[in-house]
Amino acid sequence: MKRHLVSAADLTRDDALLILDTAEEMAQVSSRAVKKLPTLRGRTVVNLFFEDSTRTRTSFEIAEKRLSADVVNFSAKGSSVSKGESLKDTALTLQAMGADAVVIRHGASGAPLRLAQSDWLHGSVINAGDGTHEHPTQALLDAFTMRRHLNPGAGRDLAGRRVTIVGDILHSRVARSNVLLLSTLGAEVTLVAPPTLVPIGVESWPCEVSYDLDAVLAKTDALMMLRVQRERMNAAFFPTEREYSRRYGLDGIRMAALPGHAIVMHPGPMVRGMEITADVADSPRCTVVEQVANGVSVRMAVLYLLLGGATPADGAPAGPTAAADAPAGPTAADAPAAPAAEESTP
Amino acid sequence: MTTHLIRNARILGGDPQDVLIADGVVREVGTGLGGADTETDATGLVLLPGLVDLHTHLREPGREDAETVLTGTRAAARGGYTAVHAMANTFPVADTAGVVEQVWRLGRASGYCDVQPVGAVTVGLEGKQLAELGAMHDSAAGVRVFSDDGKCVDDAVIMRRALEYVKAFDGVVAQHAQEPRLTEGAQMNEGAVSGELGLGGWPAVAEEAIIARDVLLAAHVGSRLHVCHVSTAGSVEIIRWAKAKGWDVTAEVTPHHLLLTDELVRSYDPVYKVNPPLRTAADVAALREALADGTIDAVATDHAPHPAEDKDCEWAVAAMGMVGLETALSVVQHTMVDTGLLDWAGVADRMSFRPARIGRLAGHGRPVSPGEPANLVLVDPAYRGTVTPESFATRSRNTPYRGLELPGRVRATFLRGVPTVVDGEPVAPEAVAGGAA
Repeated sequence: MKRHLVSAADLTRDDALLILDTAEEMAQVSSRAVKKLPTLRGRTVVNLFFEDSTRTRTSFEIAEKRLSADVVNFSAKGSSVSKGESLKDTALTLQAMGADAVVIRHGASGAPLRLAQSDWLHGSVINAGDGTHEHPTQALLDAFTMRRHLNPGAGRDLAGRRVTIVGDILHSRVARSNVLLLSTLGAEVTLVAPPTLVPIGVESWPCEVSYDLDAVLAKTDALMMLRVQRERMNAAFFPTEREYSRRYGLDGIRMAALPGHAIVMHPGPMVRGMEITADVADSPRCTVVEQVANGVSVRMAVLYLLLGGATPADGAPAGPTAAADAPAGPTAADAPAAPAAEESTP
Repeated sequence: MTTHLIRNARILGGDPQDVLIADGVVREVGTGLGGADTETDATGLVLLPGLVDLHTHLREPGREDAETVLTGTRAAARGGYTAVHAMANTFPVADTAGVVEQVWRLGRASGYCDVQPVGAVTVGLEGKQLAELGAMHDSAAGVRVFSDDGKCVDDAVIMRRALEYVKAFDGVVAQHAQEPRLTEGAQMNEGAVSGELGLGGWPAVAEEAIIARDVLLAAHVGSRLHVCHVSTAGSVEIIRWAKAKGWDVTAEVTPHHLLLTDELVRSYDPVYKVNPPLRTAADVAALREALADGTIDAVATDHAPHPAEDKDCEWAVAAMGMVGLETALSVVQHTMVDTGLLDWAGVADRMSFRPARIGRLAGHGRPVSPGEPANLVLVDPAYRGTVTPESFATRSRNTPYRGLELPGRVRATFLRGVPTVVDGEPVAPEAVAGGAA
């Protein structure tokens, strides 16, 4: 696996499965009374957030703390140049302070890649969402959630599973990362949106595109609803909020058209009444809360694999071959502690 | 009176001949000439008329941290240029006789290269009210090319009036074709790459729609239109159509649009951020073909220096533009000559004769023959070298070609007989200062 996680395209199928399988084991840690591993003890992880994002930052922070990393939250709202210190100087500062990894959220597409490719910073760079580009850990937690429901078991992928992503594809980093990762894992992805919210050039993406939500519901195993900002209608992406809801929103009637096993997902935050109605959001088929919990496990796995000594010789958590078929049974629970074997976890 | 002999030069790529320069003009062209005070052995070198750039940002006044007239003209001379058109988007904007005269005088003082200021079309480049075009023309700077470059004259009525108004003094409006509403938040070419990278798209149609409108307006009022930095295959088609109609439309292309594509943006390295943006390989091919067949009249650098901090940052906040004066000829040799699309006479036409005619520069873009001003450049086409920005004469380093091997090198440049570049490097400022005119 690469040293950085900037794009879902950085992950091979094996990388992705290793992360998902590791995350299953991390999930076990989170279910214990003492939710902590010594793996990243003495390592410093900086959460560098140029945009407000309480949920993503908190998720990373919990993941880091459960791995015993020293966590620093660095909020730098606003862009460089116009508002004070540049990205470069911020990065040089963090480097001088000895950051082993930087989790970056930035409003400018490409900012994490700039950090990763510059010589400003030597630690790992983890993209926590950049502009309208990518959000790879979100895609990983989504894939993790889908696998648990649709093809549970370590080492398994999403081959043949049909995923429909609905909403503002044009401005969505979640959609971009999901298309890349899900196709790597063998899923068949269909994007659904009004044509105004589909990017030019989407033909080259490994997915299908439909403008008709009702036409694809029956052929969907996982339906992911994306947030649609009301302000988009001011730029004529769609005429009114109500028309958007009627054509692309998910209500109970549409949900009933899904196959019985299908799940409804949302990366949050939801705009209830816009892309999703309250009865759907609160239904048992909706995995929103589960996705949040899975986010911590997946981020623990990413941090562990990027920073924790991912070589098998260190006794890294079981790879795809060794792992049990059942979704994370209690037997595998202690495996992630192996790299720091001198200290047994309670 | 000192005389200088250039021996065995391949004029416009032809057979070797000697060129005798005296009093700033070409005195004699032939073989076996002699009796000069000094000599340059030009065996193996190609002699071209001094290059003329229709599109240079010299940044002075206002952004002397990026470039000054002195550093910019040194860079121009090093690139083989003897005349550059200085764009109007300075601080203050070159929208009055005072500012264009200031720039013109700074060029005279530099002496490396003639500086022909471009005047703004509208006050403050705001596209609302015509600047005093007549006053700029009547000034010492003698402005004939007007442009709001950096911004498009998007109001159809203002554009029409400007085209009409400059007819009174044989002026030309050089349009930066960019429909503003279609390019709000634009960061790169809109296409497959922008979709993947999540960067705001700058669609080809935003350029093409303005060019289509402008050629129709120019035809309607019977005026001259020049289209800046054409970047798309569709634009080429519209210009080809307008020329076929017999309309007085000219166009330029930048070296970077002849070589680079939007695939480079995948690095998110702002050194590739430029306006108009890098387009696709199909566009590059169409631009080369159009330059070869004359649909596009000229290569213009759009030399746009920026200080390091304006590029050493996130893509979205980085400044747009690339330096180009010192690499233009090499890129043209690489993309047009070495590919067989143009010969050296064609290069002289597209980089000297035609741009000088478009700008109505009397002393530039002239044939290498007796009695003509000795604005000349000696090029070594056999040279191969790696682009090293640290060696540039420009004050800025924002070149997209760092580390790239390119052919050709300017060995010497003469401005009215005075060497401004010797052995590839600009001469000392004192040697040219004050103007040779």
